[in-house]
Amino acid sequence: MNLFGKKSYYSLDGNERSKKNDRRRAKSEPSIPDGMWIKCNTCKAIIYKKEVTEYKLCPNCHAHFRMSPAERIGITLDEDSFQEFDANMVAKNPMDYPDYEEVIRKAQKKSGIKEGVVTGRGKIRGFDTVIAIMDSHYMMGSMGSVVGEKVTRAVEYATEHRLPIIIFTTSGGARMQEGIISLMQMAKVSEALGRHDEAGLLYVTVLTDPTTGGVSASFAMLGDIILSEPKALIGFAGQRVIKGTIHQDLPEGFQRAEFQLEHGFVDRIVHREKLRDELGRILRLHCPQGREEA
Amino acid sequence: MSDAMKSVGIARMIERPNTKQFIRELFKDFMEFHGDRLFADDGAIVGGIASFEGTPVTVVGIQKGHTLEENLKCNFGAPNPEGYRKALRLMKQAEKFHRPVITLINTAGAFCGIGAEERGQGEAIAKNLLEMSRLKTPIISIFIGEGGSGGALALAVGDTVWMLEHGMYSVLSPEGFASILWRDSSRVAEAADLMKMTSGHLLENHVVDRVFKEPEEGLEHNLSYTTDQLREALRETIPELMEMEQKELLQKRYERFRKFGEYAE
Ligand SMILES: [Zn+2]
Repeated sequence: MNLFGKKSYYSLDGNERSKKNDRRRAKSEPSIPDGMWIKCNTCKAIIYKKEVTEYKLCPNCHAHFRMSPAERIGITLDEDSFQEFDANMVAKNPMDYPDYEEVIRKAQKKSGIKEGVVTGRGKIRGFDTVIAIMDSHYMMGSMGSVVGEKVTRAVEYATEHRLPIIIFTTSGGARMQEGIISLMQMAKVSEALGRHDEAGLLYVTVLTDPTTGGVSASFAMLGDIILSEPKALIGFAGQRVIKGTIHQDLPEGFQRAEFQLEHGFVDRIVHREKLRDELGRILRLHCPQGREEA
Repeated sequence: MSDAMKSVGIARMIERPNTKQFIRELFKDFMEFHGDRLFADDGAIVGGIASFEGTPVTVVGIQKGHTLEENLKCNFGAPNPEGYRKALRLMKQAEKFHRPVITLINTAGAFCGIGAEERGQGEAIAKNLLEMSRLKTPIISIFIGEGGSGGALALAVGDTVWMLEHGMYSVLSPEGFASILWRDSSRVAEAADLMKMTSGHLLENHVVDRVFKEPEEGLEHNLSYTTDQLREALRETIPELMEMEQKELLQKRYERFRKFGEYAE
C-alpha cells in the first residue's frame, strides 16, 4: 500500500512534503494535506483516505493514482503466485557520477525497492506469465543498467520457457547518471524482445502514467498488444522540451492515452479495475487449445 | 577548453562534412530513394543504393546542412518518425537483396514536435531497434558527427559501430545534462567531461569498436584524410561480415548489445 511513495513499502502514513515537491508532483499523484485526508490533483477533491481502495483510484473522478509494484502485483496476479527474479540486483556507477550511491540509497528508501523494476513470474486467472513492473517512485522509473538487465533477463526467461510476458511501463526516460550505458539498455531489451517475438510468443505492454523517453522509444511500443490506463501520459519527448523547440502551446490532452489511441498507437484503454480480467482473457485467447480451463 | 568540449564544438560545426559528402567520397553510383510509403519523405534521412568498389550496398544516413536553407530542408538533422520508417524500409530492402547496410549518424536527436508525437516518434525508434537487431544482412554504423540519444541509436544497432575522432555519442546533450541534473546550465563543460561522450571514452567502454583519425587542419579541409581510412576499413569489413553465417552474424550482433550494463548481485 504505497500510495504516497514514501516511507516504507506498506505504509499508508501521511507525510509532510515540502512545497517544492508539491509543485513538482504530477497530476496523478495525490497530495496529502494530513494523515486522514488526501487531495486528488486531477479533480482537486479532498478525499477521505480510507475511501481509496487497493485499486488506487480517486473515488470522485476515477483518476488512476500511481502504484508501486507490490500494489500492482496485488491487483493483477493470482494470490501467492508471484515468484520474483533477480530481487537483489543493484546499480553500480558506470560513469563515476558524483554521489550516485547516495542518490540510489534515497531512491531505495523512498520506493522500498532496490531498483526501478520488479520482475518475476506468476499467474493471472490461472494462466502462467512472466511479468515486469516498473516503479515511478524509484528515480521516476528511469532506465539504467539494472532496469535494462532485469527486463532483458525476464524476456529471455519467457523465451526459454515459452511463456508470454507482460510489462507494466512507467518511466521518465533514461537513467542519465549512467550516461551512454543507459542508452544501450534500449537496444538490449529490444533485441531480447525480437527473439521472444521470433519464437511466436505473446508480449503485452500496459502503459501507465507516465511512459516517456527511452522506454517509450523501446519496449513500451513493441507489444503485440498495447494496453494503457486512462489518461496516462505517453510520449517520446517531454512537453517542456517540445514547447522549447516549437514555441507553441500544446493541444489539450496532448500525449495522453486517449491521444495515443486516437493516433493509432494503443490498442485499448483499460480501466484499472478491469485490467486483471482483460489480461486474463488475452492470455486465455493465446493459449493452445485444450488449456482453456487452466 | 576540455577535450570533451573541444570535440562537442567540432562535431557540431556547421562546416563539418555531412552525410551526402561522405556518400560522395565513399561510394559510386549512389541513387537516392525517397519516402516511407506511409506518410512522407523526411529530408533529415538520406538513403538509397550505391556501389562500394563493385559491391552493391544500401546507405542510410542523417543529413545536416551547411546553410540555413539546407538546414530547413533537412530539419537540422533532426528526423521525424517518417525518417526512421524510411530508414527501416531501406534496410529491409537491403535484407531482401542481401546487401550490406552502412548507416551514417549525425544528429543532435530525433525531432521533438507535435507532429512527431502524433505520428509516433517513440514507436518508430523502437521498431528500428528491434528490426535492426535481427536484420539478416550486415550493418556497419558510423558516427560522423553528433550522436544524440535514441534518435542516433535508431540507426546504430550495427554489427560494428565506428566513430570519427571528434564524433560524440550520449544519452542527452551536455547542456541538457547540466540543466536537468544540476539545474545549472553554466556547468556544460563539466557535464561533457563527466558524460564520457568522446570517441576515446566510447572506445574504452566498447560502445564503439573503431575510431578514425581526423586531420589536424580540420575534416572540412581534408575529408579524404579520413574517408581513405574508412574506405580501407570497409574494404576489409564488408566481405568479412558478408561471408559470416547468418546465424553467427545475428548472434554476435545480439551479444554486442546484450553485454552493456553494470550492476551487482
Ligand atoms: Zn479526482
